[in-house]
Amino acid sequence: MNGFPLVSVVTFLPLAGAAVIAFVGSDRLRAIRSVALVAALADFLLSVPLLTRFTGSSAGMQFVEKVPWVGAIGASYHVGVDGISLFLVLLTTFLTVLSVAASWYSIASRVKGFMMAMLLLETGMIGVFVSLDLLLFYVFWEAMLIPMYLIIGMWGGPRRVYAAVKFIIYTLAGSLLMLVGILVLYFMHHGATGEYTFDLLRLYGTAIPRGVELWLFLAFFISFAIKVPMFPFHTWLPDAHVEAPTAGSVLLAGVLLKMGTYGVLRFCFPLFPAASVAAAPVVSVLAVVGIIYGALVAFAQKDVKRLVAYSSVSHLGLVMLGLFAFNAQGLEGGILQMVNHGISTGALFLIVGMLYERRHSRMMEDFGGLWKTMPVFAGLFMVVTLSSIALPGLNGFAGEFLVLVGVFLKSVPFAAFAALGMILSAVYMLWMFQQVMFVEPRKRDAPALADVTAREKWILIPIVILVFWIGIWPGFFLSRMHASVDAVLARVWSAGLAGEVARDAGGRGGAAAPDVLQAVSTEAAPDSASAGMTPDVGE
Amino acid sequence: MLDYVWLVPAFPLAGVLANVFLGGRLGKKFVGLVSCASVALAFASSVAVLVEMLALEPGLRHVERHVFTWFLSADLKVDAALLADPLSVLMMVVVSGVAFLIHVYSVGYMAGDPGYRRYFIYLNLFTFSMLTLVSGANFLVLYVGWEAVGLCSYLLIGFWYEKKAAADAGRKAFIVNRIGDFGFVLGIILIFRMFGTLDFGSVFPRAAEMFPMGSPTITAITLLLFLGATGKSAQIPLYTWLPDAMEGPTPVSALIHAATMVTAGVYMVARCSALYVLAPVSMGVVAAVGLATAVYAASIGLVQNDFKRVLAYSTISQLGYMFLACGVGAFAAGVFHLMTHAFFKALLFLVAGAVIHALAGEQDIRRMGGLRRELPVSFWSFVVASLAIAGIFPFSGFFSKDEILWDTLQARGPLVWGVAAVGVLLTAFYMFRLLFLVFWGKPRHGGHVHRPPLSIDVPLACLAVLSAVGGLVGAPMLFGRHFIKEFLAPVFAGGAGHAASAGHAAAAAAHVSAGAGAAHPVSELGMALVSISIAAVGIALAHRFYVMSPDVPRRLKEKFATAYSVLLNKYYVDEAYGAIFVRPLVAFAAGLWRYLDALVIDGAVNGSANTVAAGSRVLRRLQTGRLQDYALSVALGAVVVLLFWLTRW
Repeated sequence: MNGFPLVSVVTFLPLAGAAVIAFVGSDRLRAIRSVALVAALADFLLSVPLLTRFTGSSAGMQFVEKVPWVGAIGASYHVGVDGISLFLVLLTTFLTVLSVAASWYSIASRVKGFMMAMLLLETGMIGVFVSLDLLLFYVFWEAMLIPMYLIIGMWGGPRRVYAAVKFIIYTLAGSLLMLVGILVLYFMHHGATGEYTFDLLRLYGTAIPRGVELWLFLAFFISFAIKVPMFPFHTWLPDAHVEAPTAGSVLLAGVLLKMGTYGVLRFCFPLFPAASVAAAPVVSVLAVVGIIYGALVAFAQKDVKRLVAYSSVSHLGLVMLGLFAFNAQGLEGGILQMVNHGISTGALFLIVGMLYERRHSRMMEDFGGLWKTMPVFAGLFMVVTLSSIALPGLNGFAGEFLVLVGVFLKSVPFAAFAALGMILSAVYMLWMFQQVMFVEPRKRDAPALADVTAREKWILIPIVILVFWIGIWPGFFLSRMHASVDAVLARVWSAGLAGEVARDAGGRGGAAAPDVLQAVSTEAAPDSASAGMTPDVGE
Repeated sequence: MLDYVWLVPAFPLAGVLANVFLGGRLGKKFVGLVSCASVALAFASSVAVLVEMLALEPGLRHVERHVFTWFLSADLKVDAALLADPLSVLMMVVVSGVAFLIHVYSVGYMAGDPGYRRYFIYLNLFTFSMLTLVSGANFLVLYVGWEAVGLCSYLLIGFWYEKKAAADAGRKAFIVNRIGDFGFVLGIILIFRMFGTLDFGSVFPRAAEMFPMGSPTITAITLLLFLGATGKSAQIPLYTWLPDAMEGPTPVSALIHAATMVTAGVYMVARCSALYVLAPVSMGVVAAVGLATAVYAASIGLVQNDFKRVLAYSTISQLGYMFLACGVGAFAAGVFHLMTHAFFKALLFLVAGAVIHALAGEQDIRRMGGLRRELPVSFWSFVVASLAIAGIFPFSGFFSKDEILWDTLQARGPLVWGVAAVGVLLTAFYMFRLLFLVFWGKPRHGGHVHRPPLSIDVPLACLAVLSAVGGLVGAPMLFGRHFIKEFLAPVFAGGAGHAASAGHAAAAAAHVSAGAGAAHPVSELGMALVSISIAAVGIALAHRFYVMSPDVPRRLKEKFATAYSVLLNKYYVDEAYGAIFVRPLVAFAAGLWRYLDALVIDGAVNGSANTVAAGSRVLRRLQTGRLQDYALSVALGAVVVLLFWLTRW
């Protein structure tokens, strides 16, 4: 298979699927759905070799394809995956299959358009994760907004237009900043080297003056922070989720939000390491606020879907906090937690959708006592709930624990606040579970609901398998991240911390400096980790 | 067998899987059988491991078995690894043994319940989790078990999920435990930060070399871990979930909320003895919290009227004694009491279950009475268990409790001993109050008494035997040797390896381990007589109050009405927590959402959109489409330009 353009095939196969659907009559629903499912499934199966043939020990991009695109301005079609994007691509292909299956009956009008939008969205999402050229990345980043805008705006709930417009304006406002940033970077690179290029790997080497770097960092970061979304840029999210159809919510929470955290890792850290380090305290504070704020506001919700939406603000705050810890545990935990959040929250939205299809409500007050008639559903729901509250042995814990370790090594107070989120997540998730599944039904006259159908069961079972797999054997996933994460860290440390540490030591003399130094030495010589630790720093 | 120690937790796990995937099709008989058999096999393999371990030299009784690498991220490497050493093997035997008896008991007790299969899946899952907890070779595997038993507790407390009280109680248990785990997780990470590993085998031996006595770091670690223990083992201030946990089926209360899970905190502190002895402050906190909880919970138990709640407060109180033991450095005595308590408290709960079962669900002891003829096996079992918990020679509780009192006297002096002795008096009183109200007097229940099936009576009898003689493994006065303490000695700090780290707590620990009864035979015997006398006074008082002159309690109640209602209402702590923490948090969350999120933040977002829209409306007026307007603006513009140009001169 050498020379086989695997990444391109995985990226554009859904587009081809959409093209096929375009030729199917819009009243042949079964054919449309089948083509969409086959395309999504084939894409998932094709993405599996990315994992099996991936060389975990290599930090470089793999499965790279590079051909000139717009040669005159130095833009190329340059794609590939590394240990950071690999799992996000797989997450995308995996969740798309489930989303198409979940929309089988629930989308009954304009099915053709919906399925085409889903497949176009998939191409856009994968493109974002595999692009190694800034212009190509930007094209995918914007292109993906259109199908999502349509999915929310056309197949959504009563306030769908408001939600869709809010989503797209908010995101576009961020992207424009990023576009300006990309162009400035492009011309600065030309100024320094005489070369016009959008190639990310070449731009990594661009020397940027300190003052400009911070502005460029902000231009990218705000765009990503809106996408994540970080507190206080999050209010588009609950509206978008509540109005979006199930499949839209699954992909929005499962994949789209990850583009923000992925962008930080792929662009902000390597392109602007010093600015990233300088911004870390502010970002960490916002992340911690998001963790606690998101959890508290989730607890106040009466609408299950809105609750899950706010829980995303909390969970992704933790991811951001882990990334900005700038150590291996924080980054690897953060990446793993991106995947975990995609799985768990995606599953929660699927579950909310199944409930909605049965009772046409998402209000907790309309449920209660469902365990009795839906035991299989209850068991699957329980596992997903526990995964979301990070029960050890399930996937959520693997990511959360690593993030906590990473954050703790950098700053104990931040870790303590982040750990508070662990208590709060149990508070709102178990409250929700009880309201829906336990006690007596609150609406006495409501008919009993039927347990999962075979289709629904087979949508949730792959998720439950992943929940256990990642929880019991996170090493499988982590081992494929080490090299890529180390490469990012090496760049951040060499370019970013060198200046930062020197300044800290002379200036504020804050607690960050020795910790950061220690993190560096720990990483440099893992074997001497314990020897390098001074007993009782407090004494 | 030591090489196959992983079989011990694996059997109940296999039981879970079999019942999840096959139990629905193969029916009830299969479910019960698989469930009991899997735990029986776990017990058999634990005993095999114990036997093999006893054949080894004491110094060699530490076998770690690595199963696979769980986490690997930079210098953080955590294996899924199991440890067989005297402490873990003892725990495995006790846990699997008691669990087996309770599984058998449940077959009869839960026979009519529609959730039969679900019940046994949870119960097996619990057994697996608890065995993982006690056999983990590092802090993270311990933590897996720690959280998993909490999950099973949540599921089993809320087993009858249609009852709101049950669902609420399960949730409360989980959340209160999570508050404790907040400390526990941070403690674990701090250990990793300081030691670079989480393996027991690397952390404990190096602690005394790396850190001086009284080190703030070790104090922080041990206090954080202890916060987790106060949640799991229901100590002040996180005990409030345990009385509510009585909403679960009674065999669950016996297994999880009396015999095994709630002792996990004691196990953990004992396991970390090497750290605790380096932190006298933490030892003091452990002892103080244990002692306070012991007396406090016993005082509440005096007046409760729900059969199971009396036992719940009794459990909290007895766990307090175990922590007191750990806090004075007598880790072996704490674990010894953990073991005897597992026998007699499981028995007490199982009798409670048998009585409740016989009276068709009645739990109020004011509506019981006179049951000693109808339920002879229950009655005699209850007598044995009550004598054991009261600490009457030669029942099991006597030996363990007496040892704790003696070690407390040695380490902390007569005042602390005196407070602990008050607890003994209260314990004897509330237990015999219960005994007399339930089994003596005239029947105050209206109905027919169902005879319990054999599957209920046989486990009672087995536990009664263990409650009676189980203490003999730690009876130096009788045999001149303290088998339990000798067996556990290699595990605990204060043994030979740790004597180097001199200091108050370690000295106390060393003293205790050297003691073994031989040091002060006469005075220890004397103190034993004193503590038996105290218990006897408690029993006599209960007899006088509830058999001889039953109107005494009523008159006392009227005379001390305030004190009585404070006790009856459990010092209003639940109400206080509700007013201080729960309701403000709920209100704060609602306020955040309504005001900050919807009004301020989203208001700003919509506001900026509206500003743009309003601006557009203003600008739109310029685009009227009427030629006259455009001509006017052109003319005005020309005038302005002209004026500007002219004024330049």
